[in-house]
Amino acid sequence: MPPELVQRLRAGDRGAVAEALNLADDRRPAKRAEALALLDALDQDAPFPGAARVGVTGAPGAGKSTLLDALVRGLRRRDATVAVVAVDPSSQRTGGALLGDRIRMRSGAGDPGVFIRSMAARDRLGGLAESTWAAVSILAASFDHVFVETVGVGQSEGEIAALADSLLFVANPGGGDTLQFMKAGILELPDLFAVNKADVGPLAERTARELEGGLRLTERDPKDWAPPVELVSARDGTGIDALLDLLDTHREHALAAGQLAARRESGRRRFVVESLRRRFGSFGLERVGGVAGVEDQLNQSTDESAFAALARLTRTLEERLGGA
Amino acid sequence: MSAPTPERDRPWVFRTYSGHSSAKASNALYRSNLSKGQTGLSVAFDLPTQTGFDSDHALARGEVGKVGVPISHIDDMATLFDQIPLDRMNTSMTINATAAWLLSLYVANAERNGVDAAALQGTTQNDIIKEYLSRGTYVFPPEPSMRLIADMVSYTVDKIPKWNPINICSYHLQEAGATPTQEIAYAMANAIAVLDGVRDSGDVSPEVIPNVVGRISFFLNAGIRFVEEICKCRAMAEIWDEITGERYGVENPKLRRFRYGVQVNSLGLTEAQPENNVIRIVLEALGVTFSKKARCRALQLPAWNEALGLPRPWDQQWSLRIQQILAYETDLLEYPDLFDGSHVVEAKVEELKASAKEELERVLKMGGAVAAVESAYMKQQLVASNTRRLRAIENGEQTVVGVNAYTEAEPSPLTDEDEQSILVVDDSAERDQIEALRAFRAKRNDAEVQAALRELDDALASGRNVMPVSIRAAQAGVTTGEWSDTLRQRFGEYRAPTGVVEGRAAEASDGTAAVRERVQAIEAQLGRPLKLLVGKPGLDGHSNGAEQIAVKARDVGMEVVYEGIRLTPEEIAASARDEGVHVIGLSILSGSHGVLVIDVLEELRKVGCGDVPVVVGGIIPDDDAQKLRAAGVARVYTPKDFDLTRIMDEIVDVVADSRAAA
Repeated sequence: MPPELVQRLRAGDRGAVAEALNLADDRRPAKRAEALALLDALDQDAPFPGAARVGVTGAPGAGKSTLLDALVRGLRRRDATVAVVAVDPSSQRTGGALLGDRIRMRSGAGDPGVFIRSMAARDRLGGLAESTWAAVSILAASFDHVFVETVGVGQSEGEIAALADSLLFVANPGGGDTLQFMKAGILELPDLFAVNKADVGPLAERTARELEGGLRLTERDPKDWAPPVELVSARDGTGIDALLDLLDTHREHALAAGQLAARRESGRRRFVVESLRRRFGSFGLERVGGVAGVEDQLNQSTDESAFAALARLTRTLEERLGGA
Repeated sequence: MSAPTPERDRPWVFRTYSGHSSAKASNALYRSNLSKGQTGLSVAFDLPTQTGFDSDHALARGEVGKVGVPISHIDDMATLFDQIPLDRMNTSMTINATAAWLLSLYVANAERNGVDAAALQGTTQNDIIKEYLSRGTYVFPPEPSMRLIADMVSYTVDKIPKWNPINICSYHLQEAGATPTQEIAYAMANAIAVLDGVRDSGDVSPEVIPNVVGRISFFLNAGIRFVEEICKCRAMAEIWDEITGERYGVENPKLRRFRYGVQVNSLGLTEAQPENNVIRIVLEALGVTFSKKARCRALQLPAWNEALGLPRPWDQQWSLRIQQILAYETDLLEYPDLFDGSHVVEAKVEELKASAKEELERVLKMGGAVAAVESAYMKQQLVASNTRRLRAIENGEQTVVGVNAYTEAEPSPLTDEDEQSILVVDDSAERDQIEALRAFRAKRNDAEVQAALRELDDALASGRNVMPVSIRAAQAGVTTGEWSDTLRQRFGEYRAPTGVVEGRAAEASDGTAAVRERVQAIEAQLGRPLKLLVGKPGLDGHSNGAEQIAVKARDVGMEVVYEGIRLTPEEIAASARDEGVHVIGLSILSGSHGVLVIDVLEELRKVGCGDVPVVVGGIIPDDDAQKLRAAGVARVYTPKDFDLTRIMDEIVDVVADSRAAA
């Protein structure tokens, strides 16, 4: 691992950021080891809580990218630097992906305080959590805020919730009624809800009420945070500043309540387990004690970074499986 | 059989879409075309003028005077129409986002010459919806853009009664791959969006609405399937008659008439054996002139060498002669409608009407054309149609003579000297234009300019009609960039959906499967999936080609960062670095490749990505292609490269040969 890369990252060198992201994406064994060493080094001197990590999910067409663009602009007005990881689905059949988010995100054009990286969700066998966790760790070393945006409702929430300090759900006006929201299971995880396109008026209002109604009927954990539902419009700027303030409030609340550390910790466990599963399959995972066994180990070595732990377990498994 | 009518019908207006380099050069060209029997003008503006930038703006670099004439202020407009009688000339302007401004300059210049606005005749294209869908010279978001159109409609109905304030364009939809059904349905949806906007704005009293409806004209495309095109025009005339009567209550049949101008297809013109394009153009012209009932009011024909580059005066003359022979030598204009009573034509017309109405209904249910643009629905439909069309050519289902069939050819005497078979715009045009613009700015009365801009901004803020203040701004010496910046500040800028993100991958043909395997194989070498960036530097908004490349690349398993249009070289280089791509594909159709591609290569070196290979696609003459390759471009593709699978295969080669795979 080139120590100069760590220094360049610390200095906010964009070329180094891109290089580190390329490395973290590299599947060749030698490069993987190099990437894990780099990530471990970054983790060693990463301040807590460091950059604010925000996950953004919502149904396709809810206007996530446009809203994100407005949030990025708002943060730039507050002189904060921002990185965005935009995850688009991959074609199940061809493996290819069209990453179209940059189109709708113009705020980064020519601005050194904004960095956008598009990623493909690829095979989704835990791949999302693995690649985004590494990317977020790299970006958190150079930027004040890191957003991860994914399409879709359902499975990805769990994965993104694990690596975000705050999870924001973006709803489309008329995107459903209370019952549908509850059935879709989208009310359990997000910490904040934004109903986009508030400029359409009554329909957005109604959707906000439906969400609030659904939230009152949903068992949530932790119980000391009632998720706000904010009406926003990327188009005319309504509610953008209020939403940024709410994100800050949530983070401060989670930090004070000790939830932030707990979330990072569960993210760390998830990253290691999913990365092992992806590489060695369930069979391989069993050879190092299964999910429970790995989590136990991790709980006992809290000062070992996720990346160092993954490197160690990978070596163990390679020996046991004869270099899988 | 009917006897010939005693009187020949009057021919349609003959135009040639033209303009380049400077107002002075374009004026000379117009006067020479008129002396050859052309009966109307069709002004092509350059891309900075179309997208609201002055010639010295960073984004205008390489684009000034390339695909049209630069018009930055009233003196440019005066030069453009020098010695052309404005009260008798019929002028069509291909201008959209900045249409209100260019019409204001036209009116201000007429008044300067003592011609009353009421005497002016012509058309501003002004169909912003198709810009979002296909042509890409939009600036502002849909809502304020529709307001500008409504302002122009209500202003012209009152003050310039012979002006067509908007030309609803299905032309560009067909260029983007639309089927006849989509072309009819989306054109009608666009017209409804405009008319509903005017009706609901409250600026026009209800009794004037029929006159407004009567001023709506259309701009159609006609392809090589000319029988179907005849039926399409007839179907549109009938549907328009129904819409104007039923939806807008227009009783006067004259005001319900489907009035349309045409430019025939550029989509079907080939780079291979380009002399065949002359025959194609003739046949396409038949589609819109053959049926008297649905005959166009004005026609402009492209030149035979359009797929090679900009046409020369001689090339344009050849196309004008086609029109004159059709109108004056043949007996076409001596008969009533030839197709009335034809069961075959009637059946086809009915079929098109039924399918178009069904699609129109779908769009109206979504909330109309603007909603269907914003949700990307229309764009996705067009991208999908175009993908099907290109696949049919690639696998031979659709015959294109000289391209995928009958490719054997003798050497052509028309194109043996590549340099001389097209018009090359001298790069000094840009320098001269910038100098003249700076001199113009220096001699203006700044206080008047600032006052005019404040007045414009007030009108925007208060919702007053934008035309009177824009005409005053034109008289005060405001420039195209200043007018547009004032609107940009108020309205913001818009990025239209690309329509490429959704959509299912194609079923793999043999060729695709082989390339897909190579893409997967190279992943092991690269350590991660092959990542490609596709984008369009400069101001050219024709994104159909770039979209098809992006979709195809996804279909062969690449991860594609699609950047869209109107990017500076710096933006492209920064994205390439941030995204960690292995190869970059640039698409440029405006002829500014010489400057822009070199700029991109330079910027890539600056950000440490000098070793990332670049491939370029566009209308690029051989000489230029050689220069680009000498400068380090890995591959150059032109319209003759219709085989997208082969292009993908070569992109894999390019990556395999690059340092990333070392």
